[in-house]
Amino acid sequence: MAESSTPTSSAGKSGPAPILFDREENLTADTFLRGLWKENPVFVTMLGMCPTLAVTNSAINALGMGLSTTFVLVVSGALISLLRNWIPKQVRIASYIVIIATFVTIVDYLIQAVSLELYAALGAFIQLIVVNCIILGRAEAYASKQRLVPTLVNSLGTGLGFTLALLSLGTVREILGNGSILGIPLFGSDFQGWLVMILPPGGFFVLGAWMMLFNWLRLRKERRTAASSGVTAHAG
Amino acid sequence: MLRTLGGIATISGLLVVLADQLTAPMIAEKQRILTERLVFQLVPNAAAKRDFMITAEGRLEAAGEGVTGDPVYATYRADGRLEALTITGEGSGYAGPVRVMFAYDPDCACIVGSKVLKSNETPGFGDKLGTDPDFLKNFEALDTTLDADGRALANPIVTVKHGTKTAPWQIDAISGATISSRAMGKAANAAAQRAVPIIQRELANLLSQPK
Repeated sequence: MAESSTPTSSAGKSGPAPILFDREENLTADTFLRGLWKENPVFVTMLGMCPTLAVTNSAINALGMGLSTTFVLVVSGALISLLRNWIPKQVRIASYIVIIATFVTIVDYLIQAVSLELYAALGAFIQLIVVNCIILGRAEAYASKQRLVPTLVNSLGTGLGFTLALLSLGTVREILGNGSILGIPLFGSDFQGWLVMILPPGGFFVLGAWMMLFNWLRLRKERRTAASSGVTAHAG
Repeated sequence: MLRTLGGIATISGLLVVLADQLTAPMIAEKQRILTERLVFQLVPNAAAKRDFMITAEGRLEAAGEGVTGDPVYATYRADGRLEALTITGEGSGYAGPVRVMFAYDPDCACIVGSKVLKSNETPGFGDKLGTDPDFLKNFEALDTTLDADGRALANPIVTVKHGTKTAPWQIDAISGATISSRAMGKAANAAAQRAVPIIQRELANLLSQPK
């Protein structure tokens, strides 16, 4: 994972024997935006596919799952960043899992306190956030090497990127499969839902369609940049 | 290394206990509101309810601290007369257990309503259990008369193939969702076999709402 986009001048103030050597990053807009778009966990790095396919059969489930994951990402990232100089390398994964599991348990309680229906709909996938590779990936690749504020910003960006991806699947599947959005019917009572969309195969179909769209956009952009750099008149 | 792990485990334990302490009353309150809404949806004429539990020893006791078992809610009309009792049962369906709450009316000794509490049945097929109007008609007067010694149903509730219902204790299955319909029948039978004899025995204490 490319984390060294902006080299910084923090070589002098590395704390008491950093365990994993990597450059610390300055806070830029890219710290936030990377997770949202360029390294979107679902559409680009293809992490966290299991909840992505499983709980996006309605927009509200997608939103609940996305925000829960974001919360766990941000707070566990913050704690890991604060403790990064005290966690020995040999037990880092165990430590990360314990920290992540703590916040997942808290989210589990919070969702029950907010809505028991949402809790029932999300089922085991809340508990499974513990082993979500997005969170473990952020912990290992970012939070364990960076200061608190960039970690918070980067985790928030990644979390919102994940939420956005889940929502884009969830809204499409709910509209096509159930004729509603966030539970509000769109087409009147005569609408016969396209059932396969809220069944598991629908997840694959919609994910595939979105990835096709994003890849097409990316390729088109690349072609344009290539064309404009070839014709030097357009440089700007 | 051990100190770090111990420290992290301690912080983790503290945070989890704190979150549990803070959210436990909120979760209990949500649970109470949800149950109340379900019961009043199932028995629309009800104005008030009393909570009971069927304990492991087979007694009906007022719900409260330390009483565990299957919940039974007795609902009352505005004039304080008994309207119906809700009983809960479970049957295994196509994708795990189907848990259903039924309204039992002692006057006609029959089940007069149903509400699916939990089911993972296939969307579009098995999830019609709670919505299909023809299927729901099965639960408007489902016979649960007791046998001569009042210990079990005279005729166990059974699910029959779509279109072959002949007796008032049979459930006409949804065509295309036979396994789910059968689960619903098993849930009804389980709920009635367990709760109806006990309710009939204690009926005198339930008929009117104590002031």
